[in-house]
Amino acid sequence: MKESLGTTGLILNEPMLWEKGKKGRCGFSYPQRDVESYHLDDELTGTGPDFPDLSEVDVVRHFTRLSQWNFGVDTGMYPLGSCTMKYNPKTNERQARLEGFSGAHPLLPTHLSQGVLKLMFQLEGFLSGITGMDAVTLQPAAGAHGELAGMLIIHAFHKSKGLHCSKIIVPDTAHGTNPASAALCGYRSVPVKSNEKGVLSAEAVAEIMDEDTAGIMITNPNTLGFFEENVKKIAEIVHSKGGLVYCDGANMNAVMGIVHMGEIGVDVLHLNLHKTFSTPHGGGGPGSGPVCVKKDLETFLPVPRVVKNNNRYLLSENFPDSIGKMHAFYGNVGVMIKAYSYILSMGPDNLKKASQLAVLNANYIRKKLQGIFHLAYDRPCMHECIFSDKLQKAQKITTLDIVKRLMDYGFHPPTIYFPLVVNGAIMIEPTETESKENLDLFIEACKAVANEAQDNPGLLRKAPTRCKVRRLDETTAARHPCLTG
Amino acid sequence: MRYLPHTNEDISSMLQVIGIDTLDGLFSSIPEDCRRAGDLNLPKPLSEWELNDHMSKLAGSTAVSPEYKVFMGAGSYEHFIPESISYLLSRSEFATSYTPYQPEMSQGTLQAIYEYQTLTARLLGMEVANASLYDGASALAEALLMAIRITRRKKIAVSSLIHPLYRRVVQTYLAPTCCQIVELPYLKNGRTDLITLDEIDDLAAVAVQSPNFFGCIENLQAIGKKTHDKDTLFITSFTEPLAYGLLKNPGSLGADIACGEGQSLSIPRSFGGPVLGMFASKMKYVRNMSGRLVGKTKDMDGKKGFVLTLATREQHIRREKATSNICTNSSLCALAAVMYMASVGGTGIRELARLNYDKSEYLKKEFKKAGFTISFDSTTFNEFVVKFPAGFETKYENLLDKKIVSGLPLATYYPELTNQYLFCVTETKTKEDMDALIRGVKS
Amino acid sequence: MKEIDELNLPCDVRYAEDHEWIRYEGDKVRIGISDYAQDQLGDIVFVELPQSNDTFEKGEEFGTVESVKAVSELYMPIGGEILSVNPALEESPDLVNQSPYNDGWMIEVKPSDSAELEALITRDAYLEMLKGLE
Repeated sequence: MKESLGTTGLILNEPMLWEKGKKGRCGFSYPQRDVESYHLDDELTGTGPDFPDLSEVDVVRHFTRLSQWNFGVDTGMYPLGSCTMKYNPKTNERQARLEGFSGAHPLLPTHLSQGVLKLMFQLEGFLSGITGMDAVTLQPAAGAHGELAGMLIIHAFHKSKGLHCSKIIVPDTAHGTNPASAALCGYRSVPVKSNEKGVLSAEAVAEIMDEDTAGIMITNPNTLGFFEENVKKIAEIVHSKGGLVYCDGANMNAVMGIVHMGEIGVDVLHLNLHKTFSTPHGGGGPGSGPVCVKKDLETFLPVPRVVKNNNRYLLSENFPDSIGKMHAFYGNVGVMIKAYSYILSMGPDNLKKASQLAVLNANYIRKKLQGIFHLAYDRPCMHECIFSDKLQKAQKITTLDIVKRLMDYGFHPPTIYFPLVVNGAIMIEPTETESKENLDLFIEACKAVANEAQDNPGLLRKAPTRCKVRRLDETTAARHPCLTG
Repeated sequence: MRYLPHTNEDISSMLQVIGIDTLDGLFSSIPEDCRRAGDLNLPKPLSEWELNDHMSKLAGSTAVSPEYKVFMGAGSYEHFIPESISYLLSRSEFATSYTPYQPEMSQGTLQAIYEYQTLTARLLGMEVANASLYDGASALAEALLMAIRITRRKKIAVSSLIHPLYRRVVQTYLAPTCCQIVELPYLKNGRTDLITLDEIDDLAAVAVQSPNFFGCIENLQAIGKKTHDKDTLFITSFTEPLAYGLLKNPGSLGADIACGEGQSLSIPRSFGGPVLGMFASKMKYVRNMSGRLVGKTKDMDGKKGFVLTLATREQHIRREKATSNICTNSSLCALAAVMYMASVGGTGIRELARLNYDKSEYLKKEFKKAGFTISFDSTTFNEFVVKFPAGFETKYENLLDKKIVSGLPLATYYPELTNQYLFCVTETKTKEDMDALIRGVKS
Repeated sequence: MKEIDELNLPCDVRYAEDHEWIRYEGDKVRIGISDYAQDQLGDIVFVELPQSNDTFEKGEEFGTVESVKAVSELYMPIGGEILSVNPALEESPDLVNQSPYNDGWMIEVKPSDSAELEALITRDAYLEMLKGLE
C-alpha cells in the first residue's frame, strides 16, 4: 500500500468540563434585566446545580478539541452495514436552520404554520411514492420507534376484527430492535431460520404461521444483503392465516425506484430518514422513522395527521381508530426538512441511480475482497456484503482484531458481529456516495490488514495504535460502572 | 449529481470487475414480479439555488420571532441560543459521526455525552443519567415501564397536570401492558390532588410534573413522602429544565426517577422535534434503565477513555428482553444541551432562571393590574394561566393580526377551563413586548 | 477461548446440559457454571441471582450471567428452594471466571426431588457432549 490514509497528527488532550472554569466566568450573553426581582419562597428555592463557570473561549476550545477526536462521514469512509452512512448534504442543514422552521412553535394556530405543514404533507406523499405504500405517518422519532408504531398498528388491526394474536415471526437475521419492539407490544417472537442462500423460504414460514400469529417482521433487502426473493409467497402464506407483513425498511437504499413495496405483499413498512435519506447520524441521533401503510391500515395511523382541505393544511385528530400518540408533537420535523430537501435535490432518476450505485459499490467490494476475507455467501449481494474472520482463524485473529487495525489505515470499521447467523460477521455497506478511488483505497487497506494477519498478527491484536486511545477496558466499565463525574 | 461521484468510466470498469453488463443486471436476484413498473413519481430535481428559493418561501410563512411575539410554552420554549453552540454543533465530526460503538475513534462524542450525563444528573439532583431518549413524553413512558419492571406491579398513578400530550403518549406505550392508569385530579390552587392516593395500593409508581402544565410548582417533598410511605416509586417529570437552575431539584425531594424535556437547553423548537428526552434515576436502578450509557474507563496504556457500557440492557444484545427497543436516540441534541449548560455555567443558569421567573412575575402582575384573573394561586416558574371574560377568542384573533400570540387556549386539553389561556415568558421577552401584550388584551 | 482439552472439568461435581455444575453437600447442593460456560462468555461483569427462600422447578430460569457483550440465562438443573446465594459475586463477578467451581459458586439449593439428581450427567458424559458441540 503506497501510503496509508490513517496517519498521526497533533490533537490535544482536553480535561472534563468541571476540571476547567473559574467561578464568575461566563459564556453567555445576558439579556437586559428590565424588570424588578420578585420574591420566591425559600421553601421552593434551591441552590442551583453544580456546573462549572466557563468563558465562551473555554467552551469553544473544549468542544472543538473533542470533535477532533471523532471520525465522521466527512472525515472518511464509513462502511457500516445496515447503517447507510452516506454523505450528508450541507444544503439540508441550511434549510433546517431557516428561522421559519427552526423557530416554529408546534402549537401555533395552523394558519400561522402553513409552510411547515405543507412540507410535511408533501414529504408524506414523496415517501408514499418511493415505497409504493398508500399512507404515511412522520411521527416516529427513529426506526425503532417506527417499529413500535407498526406493531401497535398490527395489534389494532387484529383487535378491530375481534382477534387477539400473541406471537409474531421474526427471522434469525433480524435487527435486535425487531424482537424488542415486538415485545413492547406484548408479542412473543417466534424465530424462523433463513436458508442456505441467506433468504427466507416460504416452507419455513408456512410451518410456523398460524392464526395466533400476528404476522411476520421481515427486513427487505435483509441484513445479509439479499433481496427476500420469496417475499410474495411468504406474504400470501401470512395473509392466508389472517396475519400482516411488517417490513423493516432500513435497507431501502438498495431498492429505490426498483421495488414497489406495496405490490410485493408488505402491509406496514418503516423507513430511516437518517439512513436512506441522507440526514446526519449526529453521533447516535436524532433520526426519524416514518411508517408507511396500505390503505386498509391508514385508519390506525398515529394522530394528529396532516390533512389538506381546500389548499389549506390542518392537523386533524379525527381518526377514532388511531393507535394514539407516539411523540409529544409531530415527530422530528427538523430531520424531515433535511430528508425533504434531499429528495427535492435528487429527483426521481437520481434516487434510482443512488440505489443502483449503492449496489454497484457493494458488489465491487465483494468481488475484490473475496478470498482476502471469507465471503459468507458466495452470491451477488445488494447494497451490503458480509464477510467473516474464518480465513484468519488459523492465526487466532478475530473480526474485532481485523477491524481495529482498519482504523489505523484511516477507515471506520464495518458493522461487526451482526447478523448473528454469521459467526464473526463483518458487514460492509459502502453506500453510493463513495467514489471508486475511495473503494480502492479501502480494498487496499483490507488487503494490507489481511497480510499483516498472516505475517505479523500482533499488529492487529495491538490495534488501533493511531487513534487518541488504545483498546479500552470494557470489562471494568461494566463491572464497576462510572457513569457520572 | 454532486452527491454521486461515479463517472461512466467508473461504472463500466466496475461492472467489468463484477462480471455483468449493465447496472440493471445487479438486480437479477429480484424476481420480475417484484420489480417496479414505471418511474418514481416525484418532482424534477431542484438546483441548490432553486431549493433555497423553494424552502425560503415555505419557511417564510411561519409565525416566528422577531416578527411575531409568541407567548406560548406548553412543552416548547423560546430561549436564546448562543451562536457559539450552533457553530460547534455544525462541526461535522459531531454531526456526521455514528453511534460510538467503536470507542477509539469516537472519544469526542463519548466524553461529551459523559459530560452531558454528569451535568444532567447534577441539574436534576440524581445519581445517574442516560445518554438521551427521544423526547420528554417517551421518557415518561419509559420511566413508567421501568417502574413496572422494577416493582412488578401493574398500577400507576399519573397526575392530570402532567402535559396532556405526554399523558397521551403514555397511554399509547402502556396500552399493550394491560396496566391500570389512575389519573390524579387537581386542586383549585393548580397543584395535584393527592387525596386519591390514600385509597390506592399496589402502585408501581406515582408520576407528577413540576413545574406542572399550568406552570405551578408542585409540593414534591410531600408527594415523595406519601409515595414512599406506600413503598412506591416516585417519578417526576418536567418540560422546562431551566426551572432547576432556581428551584429545588427533584433528586433532593426524593425522586426515584426524574425525566423530562430538555429542549430549553439550546435546542431550536423546530415545530416540536427533534428534541431531547432527559432521563435520570437512582444508581440502584441503573440496570433497569433504558437508553445508552457512557462510562469512564482506561485504555491498554492506562489512559483515561470512555465507552458505551452496560449494553446488555439494550436491544442489540438483549433483543426481546431488552429494557427498551431504543437504538437511535437524540445524541446531537444532548450535545447541544451540554454545550449550553457549559456556556451558562452554574452562576449563569441561576441568573437566567431568575430572569425567567421575574419576567413572568412581571407579566402576571400586569395582568392583575389590568383586571384579569390569574387562575391558580400557587407559585409558578415561567408559565401561568390567565382567565379571560367570555368572548376572548375575538381579541385573541385580533392580537394574532397584530403578530402577538397571546397564550395557548386550554379548553382543548381541559374542557372545564374555557376562556383560560396558558402564558409563557422567558428571557426572550422584553418589558416592551409584555406591555404591548397587556395593551392589546386591554383594548 | 480454550480448546476442549484445556478445559477444567472436575470429577467431584455433576453437570447439566446447559453447563451448570452441581456439588452435593449432604442434604443440600451447590450450583455454578462450568469452565466451558465462563470461557464462552468471556469476562463476567454481572450475575443476577434470586433471593433466599425463592423456589424454582427444574428447568426454570433462576438468574442471568452477563459479560460485556452477552447475557446467558441460568436454568435450574434440579428443582428446589434457594438456601443462600454467593454474596461475593455482587462486588466480584470475576470470581466466576477465576474460580468457577469454588469461589465462583452461585446458589445453594435444598432439592425438592432427589430423583432429579439422578438425571444429572457425569463429567465424562459432559465432556462427550462438549466434543459433540464442536
